[in-house]
Amino acid sequence: MALFCRLVLLGFFSFSLSWVFSPPPALAQERPYFVAYDHYLEEPGNLEIEYFSTYGTQRGGNNFHAFWTEFEYGATAWWTTEFYLDGQTTFHDSTLFTGFRWENRFRLLKREHFINPVLYVEYENKNGADKILKEGEGLDVESGFLVSNAEARKEHIHEVELKLILSSTFKGWNFTENTLAAKNLSNSPWEFGYALGASRPLALKASAKRCAFCPQNFIGGVEMYGGLGDRHNFGLHDTSHYLAPVLAWNLPSGWTLRISPGFGLNDNSHRFLMRWGVSREITGFGSMVSRLFGGQK
Amino acid sequence: MKAVPAALAVSISLLTLSVALAQSRSSGKPPAGAVPKYDPAIYAELQKAPEKARKRTNPLQNDADAVAAGAILFEQHCAECHGNSAEGSRKAPSLQVPEVQTATPGALFWLLTNGVVRKKMPVWSKLPEPQRWQLVRYIKSLGGPAPAGDSPVPKP
Repeated sequence: MALFCRLVLLGFFSFSLSWVFSPPPALAQERPYFVAYDHYLEEPGNLEIEYFSTYGTQRGGNNFHAFWTEFEYGATAWWTTEFYLDGQTTFHDSTLFTGFRWENRFRLLKREHFINPVLYVEYENKNGADKILKEGEGLDVESGFLVSNAEARKEHIHEVELKLILSSTFKGWNFTENTLAAKNLSNSPWEFGYALGASRPLALKASAKRCAFCPQNFIGGVEMYGGLGDRHNFGLHDTSHYLAPVLAWNLPSGWTLRISPGFGLNDNSHRFLMRWGVSREITGFGSMVSRLFGGQK
Repeated sequence: MKAVPAALAVSISLLTLSVALAQSRSSGKPPAGAVPKYDPAIYAELQKAPEKARKRTNPLQNDADAVAAGAILFEQHCAECHGNSAEGSRKAPSLQVPEVQTATPGALFWLLTNGVVRKKMPVWSKLPEPQRWQLVRYIKSLGGPAPAGDSPVPKP
C-alpha cells in the first residue's frame, strides 16, 4: 500500500510540477491510441507527463484497475525516450507497484513517406502481477490473471521488447500497424503480437477562434491488438485479441484526455477493458532543466 | 525483486543522461535576448523541395479565415522555437527573412510536412493538410499584407 501511495503521490507531484512550471500552453496534437503507436514522436525538448488507467473485468476472479504514469521526452526530432511506472489494484485482493519500463522510439527515415517506419526498443522490469495490458503479446490470456497478487508478484520479469511501427497518413487519416517481438530474458521463448490503428480528427481545418470544443480538437478512431503466440506456438491459438474505439480530446490548455472502451474478441480475452488517460505537455522542458543547472541562459 | 531498485536507478540514470546529452548538443548557442544570427545555410532546406512540391498552390489562398487560424496554430505549435512573432530564437531560425517570405507556399508546405529531423525540426504531418496550409498562409502573411511569394505559382 505504501508503494501505491508513493506512486499516486508521484503522479500528483508530476502533474503539479507540469502545471506550475509549464510555459504558455502549447496544444498537444496527440493521437488517441492506448496500445498502437504511430510514427509521430515527441517534439524535441518537450516532456509529456501522462497518467493512464485500465479497468478490466475478470471472469472467475476479481476485476482489476491497472494504471501507469509515463514520462515522454523528445530527445531529438528522431528519438523519443519514455519512462513508465506501473501499478495495479485487484479488487478484494491488494494494490501493488508492478514495475517500470524504459522505452525508446527511433524514426528511421528523415523525410515523410507513404509508409513511415519507426523502431521501438523497450526494457521492462516488472513482476507477474502487471496488468496494464499495454500490448497484446504471446500467449497472454484472461485466465492467466486469476492468480492472486501475492502469488503473481513472485514472478520477476526482465523483458526486452522490439516493435516495428509502420504508419501512414492519408487525407487526414492515420493508419498504423505495429508488429511486436518480446523476449523474457529469463530463458523464455520470443513472443509475438500486433496492434493496428486508424484515427482521424473530427475536422481537418483549424478554427479561426480559440475553442476547447472545436471538432479539430477531437481525434477519433479504433485500435485492435492481440498476441500471436511464441516461437514454439506461433499463430492465433490460445491468444487474446481486443477491439477498442478510441477518442482523444486535445485541449488548448495543453492537456489531452483520452478514453477507450475495449472489447475482447474471443474467449481468451477479458470481456471488457475501460481505459482512460490524461496528459500534459511541457514545452521547452529540456531548456528549463538546462537553465536550472546553469546551462543555457 | 532485490534487483528492482538497482535497475530502476540505472534506468533513471540512463534517461537523465539521454536528456542531458540531447540538451548538450544545444549548448554554445547565443544567449537568450541576443538577436539570433541569420545563417543563410539554415534556409537551404527550402531549396531541397522537389519541383512538383514547390509548384503546389495553397488551396486556402482565398480562405478569409486561414491567416487567423494559422496564427493560432503557429502560437500553439511553432512559437516555442521560432518565437512569438516568428522572429527566430536560439532554437530555430526566423521565418520573417526573405528566404522564407519569397519561398513558394508549396516549398513551405513541403518543409512543414517533412521537417528537418536531423536539425530538430519535427515532422508536422501530424497536423492535417488544411492546417498545414493555414500555417503557410500565416507565415507568408508575416512578410506584409500582400506578399509576392504568396501568390499562386502559375501552372507550366
